[in-house]
Formats: sequence, C-alpha cells, structure tokens
Amino acid sequence: MFVRLVYESFRRQKRRKLLAGAAITLGVTVATAMIAVATDIGDKINRELRTIGANILVTPQEDSLDVEIGGVNLKPPTDGAFLNEADLPKIKGTFWHNNITGFAPMLPVNVTLQNGGQTENLTLLGTYFAKRVAFGKEEFNTGVRTTHTWWKVSGAWPEDSSRDVLLGERLAARLLAKSGDEVRLSGRELHVVGILSTGSSEDDQIVGPIALAQEILGKPGAVRRVYVSALTKPEDALARRDPKSMSGPVYDRWYCSPYPQSIAFQLQEAIPHSHAEQIRQVAQNEGAVLTRIEGLIFLITLAALFASALAVSAAMATAVFERRAEVGLMKALGAGKLAVASVFFAEATLLALIGGFVGFVAGGLLAHQIGRSIFSSEISIPPVLLPVTLVIAVIVTFAGSAAAIRKAVGLDPVFALRGEL
Amino acid sequence: MSAGVSNSARQVAAARAQSPHTSMFLRMLVRAAVLRRGRAASALFAMVVAAAVATAMLNLYVDVQAKLRREFRNYGANIIVVGKDGASLPTDAVARVESALAGRGLVAPFALIVARTSDGQPIVVVGTDFDRVKQLDRWWSVSSWPSGPQQGLVGVRAVSVVSPKNQPFDLSFRGHTIHLMSAGTVQTGAAEDSRVYLSLADFVSWTGVQPSTIEVAATGSPEEVTAIMQQLEQAIPTAEARPVRQIMEGEARVLGKTRATLLSATALIILTAALCVLSTLMGWVFDRRRDFAIMKALGASDRLLNGFFAAEAAALGATGAVIGFILGIGIAAWIGRVNFHAPVVPRFSVLPLVLAGSIVVTLLAAILPISLLRRVQPAVILRGE
Repeated sequence: MFVRLVYESFRRQKRRKLLAGAAITLGVTVATAMIAVATDIGDKINRELRTIGANILVTPQEDSLDVEIGGVNLKPPTDGAFLNEADLPKIKGTFWHNNITGFAPMLPVNVTLQNGGQTENLTLLGTYFAKRVAFGKEEFNTGVRTTHTWWKVSGAWPEDSSRDVLLGERLAARLLAKSGDEVRLSGRELHVVGILSTGSSEDDQIVGPIALAQEILGKPGAVRRVYVSALTKPEDALARRDPKSMSGPVYDRWYCSPYPQSIAFQLQEAIPHSHAEQIRQVAQNEGAVLTRIEGLIFLITLAALFASALAVSAAMATAVFERRAEVGLMKALGAGKLAVASVFFAEATLLALIGGFVGFVAGGLLAHQIGRSIFSSEISIPPVLLPVTLVIAVIVTFAGSAAAIRKAVGLDPVFALRGEL
Repeated sequence: MSAGVSNSARQVAAARAQSPHTSMFLRMLVRAAVLRRGRAASALFAMVVAAAVATAMLNLYVDVQAKLRREFRNYGANIIVVGKDGASLPTDAVARVESALAGRGLVAPFALIVARTSDGQPIVVVGTDFDRVKQLDRWWSVSSWPSGPQQGLVGVRAVSVVSPKNQPFDLSFRGHTIHLMSAGTVQTGAAEDSRVYLSLADFVSWTGVQPSTIEVAATGSPEEVTAIMQQLEQAIPTAEARPVRQIMEGEARVLGKTRATLLSATALIILTAALCVLSTLMGWVFDRRRDFAIMKALGASDRLLNGFFAAEAAALGATGAVIGFILGIGIAAWIGRVNFHAPVVPRFSVLPLVLAGSIVVTLLAAILPISLLRRVQPAVILRGE
C-alpha cells in the first residue's frame, strides 16, 4: 500500500514532481559545479601564476659573485663554477617532479659582433627553447617557451639542435637587422630566425641554443644557472623552518610538502655541487595571491551552497503545502501522522536521489565546461563526491520539507478537505 | 444594532466613497500581507536572501579586481624608467616621477656601479633609498635595515667576499674609497644576493654617480598603467619608461581568469536565487486562487486583478531588494575583511540593478499563475476544484 501510494503519487502528479525535481537538480548542479571549481581553482591559478616566471633558481655551489649591470655581464665568462648539463634531467627525478612544470638552463657568453667594419662586444645567452629531455623512460619538453612565457618572438623560434639565433628587440633595431639575416659572431656566420622581445635585458642580447654558447665558450656541457618553474604550496610557519633543526616526522612532513623551500632543497640534492633557492619576488607573492583567490572562491562556494539549499527547501515546502487536501483525505481514511509523514519523506528521498544524481552529472558537465572555457584545461570531479552529494541532497530536501510536512500533518482533516487552511 | 454604529458605518462608507479605489487597493494589499503572515514572510525571506546574495556577488565582482591588483603590486615594479640610450637621469627625476604619479604608486631610485673590494674583487654596489625599497620590494628578506650613514646592506652571497666576519669593510671606485659597516644582509634568491646596497646620500657623495634607474609600481588597470608610462615619459623627456612585461602579463592572466570564474559563479548563484524566489512566490500566489476568484466573482476586471497582483509582487520585490541589499553589502564587507583584510566599498550603483532584477522576478512569479488562473471560472475555484 505504502509503495503504491508513493508510486501513484509520482505517476499522477507529474507536473508537481517535475517542478520540485527541477529545483533539486538545479541546486545540486550548481553546488557540484562550484565544489569542483573550488577544489581545483588552486591548481589552476597556480599554473596561471607560472606565467610570472620561474620561482626557483639553481646555481653552482662554489660560484663567484655575479657582476652584472643592465644585462651586461662584467664577470670574465670562464670565471666561477658551472653546473653540468648532463645532470639537469635529474630535476625530473625528484620527489616533486610532477610539480615541476619546466626548467631552462642559461649560459651567457661574451661574443664580438662584426658589423660592417666595426666590432661590438655583446652577450650571447645560450638556453633551451623547447628541448626534448629524457629521464629514465619519461620524455618531456622544456625550455624558455614554458618557463619564460612572456618572451615574444616575431619570426620563428630556433630549433634546439640548430645554430640559429634570436636577436633582442633593441639590438635588432640598432643594427637594422631583421629575421632571415645573417650575423657574424666571433668568427661564426649565424642565421637570425626571429626577433625577441622580453621587456628586460635580453632585448639587448643575442639568444641561441645552449650548445652554441658552450661551443663559443669552449666548455661543453657548461650551464651557468637553471631557472625552475614549480607548482608550490603557499608558505606557512613549517615552510620557513630550517630543515636541519627538524625532528624526523616533522622533517618528513616538510620534505613531502611542495613548499618552494623543500623543492629547492630536493633540487640541490639531485644536482651535484648546486645551490638552489626560491626567487623570493615570485615565490613569496605567489603564495599571497593564491591564498586570496582560493579564499575568495571558497567563500563564494559557501554562498552557492547556501543559495541552492534554500532553493531546494523552498521548492519542497511549496510542493508539500499544495497537497494539504490529500493529507486531509489520508487522515480522514484513518492514516496516522507517522504514516502520512513517511509517505512524504519517502517521496522526498526518491526525488532527492533522482534530482541529486541528475544534478551531479549536470554539475560535472558544467564544471568541465567552466574549466574548458576559462582555463582551457579539465576540471575533474572525484567520483567520491557522488555519495556525499546525494546524502547532502537528501538532507537538504528533508530539512526543506520537514516544516511543511509537520504543518500539513497537524491539520484537522475537516478543514484541510474543505480547503480552509 | 444601535443607530450610532450604523451612523458611523455610513460615515466610513461615505468617506471611502470619496476615494474608493486607492484606499481599497491599499487595504487589500496590506491585509493580504498581514492576514497570511507566514506565507508572506517566507516569500519575503526568499526575496531578501536572493537579493542579498546577488548584491554581495555583484559588489565583490566589481571590487575583487582592485583588491587583487593590490596583491599583485607586492610583486614590485611594473614600470622601469631609464635614461634614453644609456643617458643618466636628471637629478630631480624621482621628484618628477612622483609628481607625475600623484600617489598612484610607489617609486624607488637605483644607481649601480662596479666597485672593487679591498682585495680587488669586482662587486656591484647599488645606491638606493631604503625607505622606498622597503615599500616597493616587500619580498626582500632583510636581517636588519641600515639606519644611519656609512652602513651597507650586504647580499647573502656577497657576505663571504666583503665581510665574512661581519667586520667593517672598504670599497673603492675610481680611486675613491668608502668605509662601511655591515648593517645586515639581504636575501632575494636573485641578483640582489651578490650586491652591496648603500643609502643614496652615501653613494652619491662617494661616487658622484646619479641614479640611472627608477622602479615604479603603478596601480591600476593595464590602460591606466600605459597612461602612466606616457605621463612619465612626458615628465622626463630624456627618459624611457619600459613595462615589466613578466609582471604585467602574469597579472593580466590571473586577474582575467579569476574574474571569469567569479562571473560564472555569480551567474549561477543569482540564477539559483532567482529560481528559489520564483518557486516560493508562485506557490504563494497560486495558494491565493480563492481571493482571486472572490474578487473576480465580485466583479473585478482582469486589469484590476492583474494590477493588484502586480502591485503586490512589486512591493514585495522592492522591500526584499532593499533589505537584501543592506544584508548583501554586509556580506561583501565581511568577505573583504576575512579574505583581503580590507573592506569592500559598498557600491550603490548595484542597487538599481538588484531592485530591477527583484521586481522583474517577482512580477514574473505573480503573472505566470494569474494568467493560468484567468482562464478558469471563479465558481470552479471557489468550489475547490
């Protein structure tokens, strides 16, 4: 009888059930989409923040001081220590290798440019553009095109295996050179494939593949410094502690958190004779911006959850209120309060489950769409969220209809049947 | 019944006859709300919540941009002013830059040379204004800032070269020597670590070199920053203002994405809130089909009925919107305080938007059931079918 009551109610009152179901579906859709966005926003914004540049710098441990003013290096090029290019793929072998979005080695060397009858001393910066690097079985592309995204090239990017170069924007303007020209650098005839604009010292320099710089310097495999771009966690009190002063479990926790400090520490372990440090301008502020945006989206998600809970409750309350006459009839036929209430609650549960499931799927699609259109990457929803969402949907639907059901059940059947409140 | 009562009743009737429509109309509006307090209150509650959420979201959406921009200014300079073709800047350059900025940002001058330590090692020495740098480059990790003359700030990597035991040290430049105390160390993870910083007064009296670079952290949208760059070049014709592309592009990207996320969240939340109001109100109006039928049976025209329900809805919408607006401003301010540690300025330009939106939603919620009911005979409704 009970099952029949519920079944018939769904079969005969399609319009009302559809209205309430639509409200639940919409509420769950919005809630699911917002939760998905909120849990993923940190990672997404972190990736966007990587456009500000590398946040960790690896230098040789026993290096002499940099003597560089306005992009001109006054240190003798062979002076100081170097890192070994062959060690660099080990960066991808560290614990946090999945958090490292890219790295770019740099080797500045002094060159002389023969321009007509004149010679000029310039800096040639050797680096990776988008080099294929292999570590173990893993292969990946890395170089300035991933770490220095604000570098703009008119023309083409050189191949890492080629001997082609880019001319800095201001240098090119001074030389009246354009892409496609040849330049004579330290007795070598080099092909200019593009003009580079960075807004900083590289605009006065020549940029080429690192092998070319190593050849000019006469030191194969030499790297002056490596810029590493890593997804990090905002710094907290633990991050700032000195790892040497930590006890075992605290040290493990520090080591296994993607703080800029701990990633730098691991890079230092991976690359022999190196010193890795966070670039404070980037790393410190990144944490602040990230915390703010995450906090904002979290609060807004709360607002969204609240609004959808309210929408569901309102729809349920209205739906129950409209059925006072039915309650009157059931009571007149001898149904107890409990029996009436359980019919309504069973209907509410069924509605919440159906609406919750449809809403969860729709919310997943919506989150996916938001991820695609805003961040051009996927926002995935952990399937664990489904039971949680369903339980919450049932609770909210119950809470929303409880007051109305209590009122309806408490009514005198005579008045209810006559339609007087 | 006494004559007095019927007399007064007649007087009342006469008085009402003078202004029949307005007073009856108002009475019906007020009584409808008072008599069914519970239902009216729940409809109003839904309206208030929807308006509050909408106000808070719109306020945040407008304000968040400015708030996040301020966070991004902690990244330091977004404009660098240098002399054209390596020329030095005029001596009053900082003052000129400041007057051109007119409070729209922070400024710090830098003068750079290569000096020699007492054992002949080259080292970059920078003269700057420490008070300004403290403001502009907040990420500098400084053990203690110099407080008096002849004090230098030594980069962590330069320490071992100039003053490994924290002793006073000498630096020489073009035959002039300066004797310095080390006040503290600076660590940034970048070029600053291998430099020595001095106050500009010490630097100029020692070397005679004027600042060659002025770093500017200008606040505002990309258009405003571009305008500031032009103003700076006008203020110092011999100088060139360059954008720090790295910072500006990163900022634009992150802000753009955050704004887009916020916009979609705002749209979703407002949609949900509006639907909540719609379903509550439709229930409320539908519930009053008896009133509707009685009025119609008593001879009210369709126009009057529509007007009545529309006025009721508009009144509810407007009341809800105003209360919700005040609440929403409070929510936005709270979010500002909790998340950005700065209040979100209430924007009254949002009010007309929220008001109009609320009234439209309530009107929709009232008109839809009415147009459904209009086709039904009053007798059918009154019989309760």
